[in-house]
Amino acid sequence: MSTAVTTAATAAGEAPVFYAVDEHPHPEGHSTPLGFWIYLMSDCLIFAVLFAIYGVLGTNYAAGPGPRELFDLNLVALNTSMLLFSSITYGFAMLAMAKDQKGATLAWLAITGLFGLAFLGIELYEFHHLISEGATPQRSAFLSSFFALVGTHGLHVTFGTIWLVTLMVQVVQRGLVVANKRRLMCLSMFWHFLDVVWIGVFTFVYLMGVLR
Amino acid sequence: MNESPIIEPSFLLGRFTLEAIPYHEPILVVTFIVVALGGLAVLGALTYFRLWGYLWREWFTSVDHKKIGIMYMVLGIIMLLRGFADAIMMRAQQALAFGGSEGYLPSHHYDQIFTAHGVIMIFFVAMPMVTGLMNFVVPLQIGARDVSFPFLNNFSFWMTVSGAVLVMSSLFVGEFAKTGWLAYPPLSGIGYSPYVGVDYYIWALQIAGVGTLLSGVNLICTIVKMRAPGMTMMKMPIFTWTALCTNVLIVAAFPVLTAVLALLAADRYLGFNFFTNDFGGNPMMYVNLIWIWGHPEVYILILPAFGIFSEVTSTFAGKRLFGYTSMVYATVVITILSYLVWLHHFFTMGSGASVNSFFGITTMIISIPTGAKMFNWLFTMYRGRIRFELPMMYTIAFMLTFVIGGMTGVLLAVPPADFVLHNSLFLVAHFHNVIIGGVLFGLFAGIAFWWPKAFGFTLDPFWGKLSFWFWVTGFYFAFMPLYVLGLMGVTRRLRVFDDPSLHIWFIIAAFGAFLIACGIACFLIQIAVSIARRERLRDTTGDPWNARTLEWATSSPPPAYNFAFTPVVHDLDAWWDMKQRGYSRPLAGFKPIHMPRNSGTGPILAGLSFVLGFALIWYIWWLAALAFVALIVTVIAHTFNYNRDFDIPAAEVTRAEEARTALLAQTARVTA
Repeated sequence: MSTAVTTAATAAGEAPVFYAVDEHPHPEGHSTPLGFWIYLMSDCLIFAVLFAIYGVLGTNYAAGPGPRELFDLNLVALNTSMLLFSSITYGFAMLAMAKDQKGATLAWLAITGLFGLAFLGIELYEFHHLISEGATPQRSAFLSSFFALVGTHGLHVTFGTIWLVTLMVQVVQRGLVVANKRRLMCLSMFWHFLDVVWIGVFTFVYLMGVLR
Repeated sequence: MNESPIIEPSFLLGRFTLEAIPYHEPILVVTFIVVALGGLAVLGALTYFRLWGYLWREWFTSVDHKKIGIMYMVLGIIMLLRGFADAIMMRAQQALAFGGSEGYLPSHHYDQIFTAHGVIMIFFVAMPMVTGLMNFVVPLQIGARDVSFPFLNNFSFWMTVSGAVLVMSSLFVGEFAKTGWLAYPPLSGIGYSPYVGVDYYIWALQIAGVGTLLSGVNLICTIVKMRAPGMTMMKMPIFTWTALCTNVLIVAAFPVLTAVLALLAADRYLGFNFFTNDFGGNPMMYVNLIWIWGHPEVYILILPAFGIFSEVTSTFAGKRLFGYTSMVYATVVITILSYLVWLHHFFTMGSGASVNSFFGITTMIISIPTGAKMFNWLFTMYRGRIRFELPMMYTIAFMLTFVIGGMTGVLLAVPPADFVLHNSLFLVAHFHNVIIGGVLFGLFAGIAFWWPKAFGFTLDPFWGKLSFWFWVTGFYFAFMPLYVLGLMGVTRRLRVFDDPSLHIWFIIAAFGAFLIACGIACFLIQIAVSIARRERLRDTTGDPWNARTLEWATSSPPPAYNFAFTPVVHDLDAWWDMKQRGYSRPLAGFKPIHMPRNSGTGPILAGLSFVLGFALIWYIWWLAALAFVALIVTVIAHTFNYNRDFDIPAAEVTRAEEARTALLAQTARVTA
């Protein structure tokens, strides 16, 4: 806590200081980064459950199609690159924000959003393709856990994109004020977190699935 | 409605039909009439006395952690009445259903009652009350003016209310789950539970779970970031320590519940195959996951109770807590171990001797830190000048009762014994032994202890002690017979019995439930009597128990800003230290205080969540879509409000503090 009072033992004979007269209030949102981190870790646990489910049920094909027949690694590699690029461009947005360049920040955010939409588009195409081949989530426990894991990640990206657009409007309206910088920082953590989760999905579901 | 109707959903109303209203069930009709009349009386009184505006402005939209804490407690006490009504109905049914009698509850009703009892008591009684106490006490104990995220706190509370209202509406619209409180599949799957009961369960817990998780995040941040200067981690009051550990557990456990219930919902709504018997699904996966949440959950409830007992013991023994450091480490060790024991809830799954031994041993190890705590409390009391006020009485009852519950827990932790006792009334007796004897006694001790801080007057001791004796004796009468029955092999959740030799034990248990009913009545009377006699019970000092931690340094009830100046901490028992070393209250030089603004968004979001949950339960898809879009829009709109706080002017602070100065001077004259 930021106060001018020292809490060190006072000199002998002097009355101890029991309250801070000259205090500076907590700056608004000073615990938001910590709070958002903790929230992200709780979200991470949801993904942990979905990974665990996939780990246990992911080979229960129920005489249906398995990963080797279903996954098109070229498509998934393309998709992965979309998400990775969006993380890089978000990084550029944060660099522009640090230099207080409103226009550049908005431009990089827009590019990030487009990469995010491209990722979602490819994912929806993949889902549509699987379902039209009869590989529906109802077909087997493997497909249920596949759609749950990848779909939950996709839902997160969707909400992240809605959030991104909202923040862009707010940056346009109010500029790079402290509150908006804080919000952009939170979305940055969220966006990179989704990237990290996707690395896990790509490796654990797609690459190892095709190897199996 | 003996059998759940299978209805082809219509567009407008989904699967809701008039059949969903249980007007042919006399028990429910009478309940409905009583609830409706009572509800109308309350609503009428609020309207007549023009209290709606006041409630909305001062309470419902309040972001003050103290008011939110009190509202949590009110919710918990109201739901306790519902949960207990379920309990006494079960006890009466089991006491009656002997000698060819079917009792008075048909099976489909009885099954809902035992499910609702468990769900309500854990999620909507114990959780709100524990969260409420933490909300009220923690910021005061650490010398803060509010929590880290005051708006989020209000929103969390209303989400919990929303879940509770959803459970309550299942009483009169449709049905509740008939699956037991954890809704194991495949019974809770769509094949065996096709109607709305399990859906009520899922959405009520999902909505309330959002609130619980966010309040966990909030309190962790508060404790980590908002402590008064000088309060290092090892100078934190022990209740704050237990609150920190509990909230870490909440954040680390509740997402698992959210995920597993979402997967169950996917099975039920979309035909996925996670926990089904077909297409590679595995019901045991559900059981594992739900207990990975469920076991930490019991420590989420008991750790704050341990904290309360610690504060109470050192206050009423007039001594510093014995073994503070070991108490902190014991709490942290319990927090970690609570994650490594979940499988003891289903040793009978058949995972083999090595797995069962591992989980049996980790379970037994938990009794070591818990035992250390017991000795710490005993040594705190040793050679202290113990004052037997109500909180101290509950603490001693807890120590005796909880040790019995702990020992039966260690018995159950032995896998071979568990194979015999699994799912028996012995288990039911065990967990009621620790939850009533631990959590509930802790909550009652906490209520009696902090009531004067919250309201400015102490609780009437006579009715409190009466309630105490009814609760304690009632508990032993109600649950000791269940240990006996469990050892004789009686399984839980049975509705009728053939063996007449068992009858007497159920009658004794029913008598115990009746005593507990008297205990609850005395508790309510205690509150009413205390409010009526509040002038005589007034606490003018802010420190009625001669206590030790910072919450007693401010007035009772505390001003909205808690502390005019942030306290500076030098010692573990900060307030005791201040009293010992000649602290004098600041009398002048007050400054404006920066505080968060109230917001109505919390109740609105929770209301929309209720509509969303209700629509999903009844397959009213258009309404669900509408409510969902409205939720998103409201959240986004809320983020466009940048005007979140204001300053309490210095003049107002001065006025409040001068009123307190006058009150303290008056008290000093009277006592002199």
